[in-house]
Amino acid sequence: MDITTFTSNKKFWIWGISLLAVLAALATLPQWLGSYYVILLKDILMLVLITVSWVIFSGPTGYMSLASAAFFGVGVYTSALLLPMTGAVLPLLLVIVIAGLVSFILGLLAGALTLRLKGIYFAVFTFGLVLLIQRFLLWFEMNITHTRGRFVLLVEDNTIFYVMLAIFVATLLTAYFIRRSKFGLALQSIGLNEEAAAHSGVNVTRVKVITFAISAVFMGAAGAIYATKLTYIDPYIAFNPLFSFLPVLMAIFGGLGSFYGPIIGAALFSYLQEFLKTEFPFQYMIIFGLLLMAVIVFMPRGLVGLVQRLLASLKEGPEEKSTPGWAIIFCLFGILGGLVGWFIFRERRGARVLLKAGGVVTLIGGAAYLLMFLLTLLGGLGGGYF
Amino acid sequence: MQILEGEKVTKYFGGLAAVSNVDFHVDKGEVFGLIGPNGAGKTTLFNLISGAFVPKSGEIKFKGKKISGLKPHRICRMGMARTFQDVKIFGNMPAVDNVLLGSLFGTPTGMSSAAAAKEATELLDFVGLSVPRETPAGGLTLVDQKRVGVARALATKADMLLLDETMAGLTPTETAEAMELVTRIRDRGVTVFMIEHVMKAIMGVCDRIMVLHHGEKIADGTPKEIANSKKVIEVYLGE
Repeated sequence: MDITTFTSNKKFWIWGISLLAVLAALATLPQWLGSYYVILLKDILMLVLITVSWVIFSGPTGYMSLASAAFFGVGVYTSALLLPMTGAVLPLLLVIVIAGLVSFILGLLAGALTLRLKGIYFAVFTFGLVLLIQRFLLWFEMNITHTRGRFVLLVEDNTIFYVMLAIFVATLLTAYFIRRSKFGLALQSIGLNEEAAAHSGVNVTRVKVITFAISAVFMGAAGAIYATKLTYIDPYIAFNPLFSFLPVLMAIFGGLGSFYGPIIGAALFSYLQEFLKTEFPFQYMIIFGLLLMAVIVFMPRGLVGLVQRLLASLKEGPEEKSTPGWAIIFCLFGILGGLVGWFIFRERRGARVLLKAGGVVTLIGGAAYLLMFLLTLLGGLGGGYF
Repeated sequence: MQILEGEKVTKYFGGLAAVSNVDFHVDKGEVFGLIGPNGAGKTTLFNLISGAFVPKSGEIKFKGKKISGLKPHRICRMGMARTFQDVKIFGNMPAVDNVLLGSLFGTPTGMSSAAAAKEATELLDFVGLSVPRETPAGGLTLVDQKRVGVARALATKADMLLLDETMAGLTPTETAEAMELVTRIRDRGVTVFMIEHVMKAIMGVCDRIMVLHHGEKIADGTPKEIANSKKVIEVYLGE
């Protein structure tokens, strides 16, 4: 729990140093990668950091916040106001900090208002906040300022990348230390039994509101730097509800239980999204939807849960009652096969070898998938996990 | 000396008086029992004392200060801790973390993490938890979960403990252990206020007993007086 106890911890140092190495590698990336990759990476970093900051509050407490888009949008608008196309009012870094602060205050206000609500009511109210601000801004622009949207100062790609990286690091550090501190324990206790937490001395309202506001800071900051890439923004672009749902999906995709689950999940998810979008611009939503459904049905504890089960079955041999790990690998294989197959069918002009390989992969994948399905069925009859 | 006193405490649920005009007091250092048939308002009274509910009228004083209307965490930090009828353990947390939470947040002055960790281990020994402390509390047996609940409450350095049906659902051996635990808690200097249905336990361990029926106090006194009270016998056995 104490900082002293885990700085002396060997594991902490190993993790810390490898993390530093990864960050250093990320920092030098623009030197040897094309600008497409820098932009792609920046987007991935952004989605990961939004997911991680969503998890800071919603992960342990189980309060599903859909306010992310509101905090993000407030950041976008702060940036649009202070960094207009006509010239920066304040330096870039200061604007980022201010955007974080504005989001923090919005988080405090929204938290104080909504955190007495529980379960689905909280989710609905937080989502309402997104629409409320969006509509208010639209009304304001139409009736008061008589404008529609704003033009934002363009910032160089590499600068955006480095700022995003800095916010990313700050988010990860904050998330890690909150999780490890007694504050993290309190958040967890609120999620497990709020009443018991209050009667054990936790000031539940204060802990919830402050954490909610802290998680908003990074979303606001990310929105502020994101805006400088867009040139033009309006309330629809700034307060896009997608940013409310993406963090939830990505966190579930990765697995909510652990610290690194949402990070890995969000990184893979956003890369996959980008990949599908460029390769299958028209079918991407269909494939993406199917993939998500498969994840929810077959990996209820996300990627991390899957890996843990794989490791466990490798260590102890397949458990009798649950589907063995290799069946899950086959399942993924099947999905991959399906994807490659689809790609091949679409690109008929592609190399014949690829076509054959894709077909084989699809066949093996499909067979494995069927096998796994049967095993699952059997496992289900035997009272197994699935 | 009175550590807890209630004056004309009243709470309605809709039109129904769950607790009505109840006067009571608990002396420092005693074990005070609260009995009554189902629906008598016992747990409601606990909820009023611990701050989960606010009384409609009447006043509750703890250590001479008015506590009715304060938030649960405030009352907890003033030195009053409780357990729950349905245990309400933090199931996904290790047993030791359950207790740690009490030390880290519930004590009047706060505590360093190192001291809290030491305290948590000691308290789990004190309540007699013999399983590994790192197992998630949700996987423990009922009696062990109740032990963790008591340890979590004690970790707040409480001067007064509200025990809500700690012995319900326990075997005779476990009940005997629980009774012995209650006396050991009292010997630590903690005043105990307990709701119990197990008559043998309550008669054996309490200094004084109060009886609630339909939200009203119908008797209080020593176990012997209660056992011989005509009114109490009528309520429990019928006329």
